[in-house]
Amino acid sequence: MKIYNAKKEITCDRKIVVDDMILTTDMPTTAGSKMLDGYVSLFEAEVLTRAGNAGYGVIGKTSVGEFAIDLVGETAQDGALIEDGILKSATAEAIKSGDAICAITLDVNGSVRRSVAQNSLVSVKPTYGTVSRYGTIPVACSGETVSVVAKTATACRELLDVIAGHDDKDGTSLPETEIAKVSETKPVRRIALLTDMTKGVDEETSARLDAFSKKLTALGVEVVSVENSIIPVSRVAWNILMSAELCNNVSRYDGVKYGYRAQNFTNIDELYTNSRTEAFGELLKTAIIFGSETLSTENYMKVYDKALRVRRVIVEEFARLFADYDAVLTPACSMMAYPESVRADKYISYKENFYTAPASITGLPAVVAEGAQLIGKAFSENALLDLVALCEKEGK
Amino acid sequence: MKYETVIGLEVHVELATNSKIFCSCSAHSYGAQPNEHVCPACCGMPGMLPVVNKRVVDYGIKAGLMLGCDINRTTTFDKKSYYYPDLPAAYQTTQWFAPVAVNGLVEIETSKGKKGIRIKQIHMEEDAGKLVHDIREDTTHVDFNRTSVPLIEIVSQPDLSSAEEVEAYLERLKTLLRYARVAECEMAHGTMRCDVNLSVRPVGSNKLGVRTEMKNMNSIEAIKRAIEYETARHIDAVENGTEVLVQETRRWDDIKGKSYAMRTKETAGDYRYFPDPNVMPVVIDEAWFESMKNSLPEFPEVKRARYMQEYGLSEYDAEQLTKSIALCECFEGASAVCGSPKDATNWILSEIMNLLNLRQMTYDMLTVNGKSLGELILLVSNGKVGRANAKKVLSAMFDNPELSPEKYAEENGLIISNDTGLIDKVVKEIVASDPKSVADYKGGKEKALMALFGRCMKTLKGNCDPQVLRKILIDYIAKV
Repeated sequence: MKIYNAKKEITCDRKIVVDDMILTTDMPTTAGSKMLDGYVSLFEAEVLTRAGNAGYGVIGKTSVGEFAIDLVGETAQDGALIEDGILKSATAEAIKSGDAICAITLDVNGSVRRSVAQNSLVSVKPTYGTVSRYGTIPVACSGETVSVVAKTATACRELLDVIAGHDDKDGTSLPETEIAKVSETKPVRRIALLTDMTKGVDEETSARLDAFSKKLTALGVEVVSVENSIIPVSRVAWNILMSAELCNNVSRYDGVKYGYRAQNFTNIDELYTNSRTEAFGELLKTAIIFGSETLSTENYMKVYDKALRVRRVIVEEFARLFADYDAVLTPACSMMAYPESVRADKYISYKENFYTAPASITGLPAVVAEGAQLIGKAFSENALLDLVALCEKEGK
Repeated sequence: MKYETVIGLEVHVELATNSKIFCSCSAHSYGAQPNEHVCPACCGMPGMLPVVNKRVVDYGIKAGLMLGCDINRTTTFDKKSYYYPDLPAAYQTTQWFAPVAVNGLVEIETSKGKKGIRIKQIHMEEDAGKLVHDIREDTTHVDFNRTSVPLIEIVSQPDLSSAEEVEAYLERLKTLLRYARVAECEMAHGTMRCDVNLSVRPVGSNKLGVRTEMKNMNSIEAIKRAIEYETARHIDAVENGTEVLVQETRRWDDIKGKSYAMRTKETAGDYRYFPDPNVMPVVIDEAWFESMKNSLPEFPEVKRARYMQEYGLSEYDAEQLTKSIALCECFEGASAVCGSPKDATNWILSEIMNLLNLRQMTYDMLTVNGKSLGELILLVSNGKVGRANAKKVLSAMFDNPELSPEKYAEENGLIISNDTGLIDKVVKEIVASDPKSVADYKGGKEKALMALFGRCMKTLKGNCDPQVLRKILIDYIAKV
């Protein structure tokens, strides 16, 4: 497992890990990329300041895939974590082992949610704008959200309560009056199981979804199968938006100011080109080229602008669903373990994010538990966590 | 064949806010040490998020209104991507899709009369840094002080047709933006920069010729020279086929007096604009809009006419005062307090102008407030402070705009004394010490009296009514 050792000795009980997308001043933050090898930030993420003030202590950093856009971290610069031919996530391992009670991560493209589902942990991706992104490596700013991982919903809730809140340093941070709505949401009573979102999942994943659904029903929650052909479009639009924003956000890494610099160059253009060619991995280069294309003058209206319109349609579609249901139930991934062989398909994370894209593109809260995913109305993360806590209690 | 020149301008103006557009660093880069005003945000380091400086939007709205524009009530920021070492994040945050102001009109006056120049749009954006080339070491250094300093870019329609019109237009922009106190507009300081888009066509033709864009003019004179050179080059190319004109960006070399095509690498490229997801759309509600509208000054010519009519000023005086909004504010404040626009005008156009010159300050840098100046004028007209001492008070007011003239005069012994006993005593001493002058005066030399008077006044530190002193002095000499 790849966990950087913290420089300071942590003595508190509330030990946490943070993933390598969250900036720390006493440990490097690399975003899983050779481009930022050894990069130490001059400032700390707002969420870490808040967690620290509340008595949480960071024991170390867990590695992520390059700029956190892959499946579960397999493209990390320090190599994939593979056990018995299965791709593992450093964050999930840190929680499972009990080394840390919680993890703070940046959910860019769903890798957090996938590994949480596969390891039967609990995670909460709160409503966009309720947790500050100040001090997180920017990739797909319009959708990425600081998320919390733990073994239980209660542990997630405790840490989330601490890190949520308005931050003047983040222009997209919602006002306190809006954020306060998270404590006003009604309990979840009716859930739509989106049948179109379960396509392509393997038997085990399907079984986990059924089991969770039954558990919910047993708790008196009504779970209704609903057909919906619009939500599944999220993936295509999200891939366009994510790649475009990524392309722009990683442009700053040019080998000049900090991070990796190529040894051989004769002029500034070669310095840029060689540094980026040598430091970025294949998945990232694909994203850069794809993102750059979607933003070109020729393609902007045809591709990027259309993706923005699709985002609007999906937001409205969720609003329509939420008139009748309190939440929707979908899988978080297509299989309960990724064999090493899936890496043969270099676009795999552009396909597998089918299940995570709807919550990413809309900024809606998503809770992953018992191998499945609940997506709720804006500000309903506490209600979703309460429901999961109830399931946990029943399970005991 | 006769040709006409078709010119459109892109004018960049640095907004005079205290801090930068998206962070709290000082925006006053002029004269600072390299990289003195930088932070992780304006250096483009990962993890910092832009937070819009509201004052920048205030100034953008004001500039738009001054130039007769419509204000977009929802204005957004967009990212413009390109690689250049002076652009630390490899993108500039600007306004591409919904700029703050559109469809303006600016009236100019030249020897040919009045003309309206249409403004296409005004957008807010962040400035880039500065590259400093060291020829000796063959290295280039980057200074990020200017990075993220707020700018507006004022894009005109191609309505200008001569260097004279361009000069009049730029002067008009300067006046209006300075009046609204949103910008300094000093080309020498780089707070106003101008790119010229130019083409020529036969008079009467509706078709535009091949357009070139010229950069790197550092003064209005340079802009005029560049326009004249480029116009001649275009006409020569069209008329004599000396070269084939291509749409390109050219760099003006003012020393050589020529324009040169820039490397295509510096100019070509796709900027891949898209909405900045980290900057929420700025919604300008009615209250905000109204407060900006109400904060705008009268136009200079409106003020001038009013000063002549309402205050009875001469055309010359009104013209002088309305050169700067700072002078106008001082004048209006002083007149209201002292009740004499004539006195206020005289004080501003003589003493204040002198002090500004002495201190090498522009009119706009005047901080003396009108109310205090009015109080000072009253002190003089009520015979409480002598004119020479009043100048000392005024000088102190330059150093401290909050200063109360009366209190300062009192604390520094500058108040005219009505103590005739003291005057008697001084006269007695001076007369006794200088029997020669007394004798000269008595012998008919008027000048000798002036010498005695001067010494008395000096001993009294000017704090006495000259008429009173003169009478006491003459009476006393008569008695000796």
